[in-house]
Amino acid sequence: MTDATNPAAPVERPSLLVPDARTAKRNAAEARFRAYGLSAIIISLLALVVLLFTIFAGGAGAFRQTFLHVPVTLDAAQLDKKGNGDIEDIKKVMTLTYGKLLDQSVQDLIAKQGITIEGLTDKDVANLVSKEASAQLRNMVLADPSVIGQTVDARVLVNGRVDGYFKGRVTMESAARDSNTSPAQLQLAETLKDKGLLAKEWNWAFLTNPDASDQRPEAAGVGVAILGSLYMMLVVLFLAVPIGVAAAIYLEEFAPKNRLTDIIEVNISNLAAVPSIVFGILGLAAFINFAHLPQSAPIVGGLVLVLMTLPRIIIPARAALKAVPPSIRDAALGVGASKMQSVFHHVLPLATPGILTGVILGLAQALGETAPLLLIGMVAFVKNFPSAPPAGLFDPASALPVQVYNWTQRADPAFMERASGAIIVLLVFLLCMNLFAVFLRRKFERRW
Amino acid sequence: MKSAKLAVSALAMIAASATVATARDQIQVAGSSTVLPYATIVAEAFGENTDFPTPVVESGGSSAGLKKFCEGVGENTIDIANSSRPIKSSEVEACKAAGVSDIMEVRIGYDGIVFASDIAGNDFQFTASDWFNALSAQVVKDGQLVANPYTKWSEIRADLPDQDILAFVPGTKHGTREVFEEKVIHAGCKESGAEEAFKTALADEKAAAKACATLRTDGKSVDIDGDYTETLARIQSAKNGIGVFGLSFYENNTDKLKVGTFGGVVPSTETIAKGEYPVSRPLFFYVKKAHLTEIQGLKEFVEFFVSDELAGPEGPLAAYGLVSDPELAATQGAVANETTLTN
Repeated sequence: MTDATNPAAPVERPSLLVPDARTAKRNAAEARFRAYGLSAIIISLLALVVLLFTIFAGGAGAFRQTFLHVPVTLDAAQLDKKGNGDIEDIKKVMTLTYGKLLDQSVQDLIAKQGITIEGLTDKDVANLVSKEASAQLRNMVLADPSVIGQTVDARVLVNGRVDGYFKGRVTMESAARDSNTSPAQLQLAETLKDKGLLAKEWNWAFLTNPDASDQRPEAAGVGVAILGSLYMMLVVLFLAVPIGVAAAIYLEEFAPKNRLTDIIEVNISNLAAVPSIVFGILGLAAFINFAHLPQSAPIVGGLVLVLMTLPRIIIPARAALKAVPPSIRDAALGVGASKMQSVFHHVLPLATPGILTGVILGLAQALGETAPLLLIGMVAFVKNFPSAPPAGLFDPASALPVQVYNWTQRADPAFMERASGAIIVLLVFLLCMNLFAVFLRRKFERRW
Repeated sequence: MKSAKLAVSALAMIAASATVATARDQIQVAGSSTVLPYATIVAEAFGENTDFPTPVVESGGSSAGLKKFCEGVGENTIDIANSSRPIKSSEVEACKAAGVSDIMEVRIGYDGIVFASDIAGNDFQFTASDWFNALSAQVVKDGQLVANPYTKWSEIRADLPDQDILAFVPGTKHGTREVFEEKVIHAGCKESGAEEAFKTALADEKAAAKACATLRTDGKSVDIDGDYTETLARIQSAKNGIGVFGLSFYENNTDKLKVGTFGGVVPSTETIAKGEYPVSRPLFFYVKKAHLTEIQGLKEFVEFFVSDELAGPEGPLAAYGLVSDPELAATQGAVANETTLTN
């Protein structure tokens, strides 16, 4: 046709080596798109780096704490007034008495070391040591009353402000304006540090201690929170996983395809998108007000998280089952297996890696969830460790994300460091879970 | 197959253990975030010094705590509600309707409300009418009621610094807001003569009181719904802002905040105890009398809370910023006799 209408016109063929205008435009568009993509990645990486940097810079300090080594004479006249060594009588001695004993010991230590600092008041000396120390001392004596009358070498926490000085949070200038510390106190700490009596040491207690009141941020730890989170994950594991997987198997393999199952399917997808606070309201109404389960207990938190996690387990589980080729089922049915045998002997094992990945990611999401827990009394000051499960599931406990939220609201700035420390712990747990999911996928996944 | 069995057995286990949920052995407390630090300090000391477990203390605000408190009697309800304001008669009614008839009111001490700005900023000497003129929606100027025209503190009173008006006040869900409105804004409304003007303009006392407490909405007065930590963060980013804080929060952050005087008085535990600093309020907690016999250690905890060692002027609560109650002995007596609210 072209030949017929346009026989003589010579077709101009540009060189392939020189791109024409349209090719140049397309190439430029592609280059631009790549640049957009690259900058998107760079921006998100930068955001991640900034986030991680601020958290680690702020929270690393929680893992190292300043301790003072001080010899304490456990005066029998004060601790065991009746002198009969009866544990009940010794128990009556309050932490206040131990506090005074500690103050005296620190005074003695300063005198013995020959430290003189201008403007150092008795209050500065008394406040050098954390208020937690007297409780530690009392517990030590109660655990072994025979130490009364002896001089023991105590390793005690130092007040949060002094600790903050060694971590750069508190400076001499800010201390001068601060009613809770003074430059003289910081100088005393500095001198004690030079003498090797005061040092920043690794602080396991951050991981094992329970929360502490506003007066002793230095003693606060995430112990109860870790245990509470663990208990909740147990509840989710034992309830959401079997229910979720069973639902997925039934819907995918057995359920007839009709309007009812369509409605169920839509609702499961919808449920996955419901904001988590809604599950908290539901939990409050259903589990606490109706079922009369105790407040602040991991069982209630766990049940709420089960509801939240269920759709997030069912959806990937169904996808994993769907990914198993029909030929496997047909072959099983072909050699005479029942429908159930074909599913449980062949389809389910092949879908397991995918299901497990979904389960772990669902658990990880549940671990980091705070909003639903706000409503069921988990945002609380809990000092006692819950007992061993199953009874411990009904004891009050905290949870990691909730502990972070709790600490950011405290007045003392030292709690900010604790909150960042708790975020680090949470991130480490999440990272481990995600790595485990990746590992499972890599190790067991089969492709067809 | 296995997972189905597992599911059934897990369900059975949970159901079985739920029915045998044992008697609660720890005290449960909820309520005001202002009282929270004091309650945790006492709870911690109580757990350390007695054989009872440490009470569980929840925050959430005075109203939320009292609402929870009034849900009923029994192990599934809380024992103590902390509150930064006295219980309202409507709340007492709600309590009664739910079966909580005998309520013990315990006053633990006083808390001051202070006005503080960034440590590097200007010094302020406030009066109640300064605050009213700075924040109210309508003020009296040249004898006329006008929409608030002030943009700088120095326009209100020449001795105040030449600084833009920007105030961070607690949101309406806080008990602190009520005290701020009553003791600062409303007092300033009276002091500046605006209340009279409102009364003549509106011909209704209630409406006048409401007009007094209506704050301007042009961005000069910012409601903070979060805690004091949020107010502090806002001041650190907007250096000319002035925040409303609790005294104990200020005392823990004296290196970052500069406090303004009010009526010529510097806020401190001493000036509040003497009654010189006007903006203060009592702090309470409420106990269900029916729980005293039911929950182990509750009576001991309440007595421990108001003991001289803790709530007295030398105790840890005063060290944290609580203004101890001069009538603490009377409170201790009331607790010992288990005196309840009468009305």
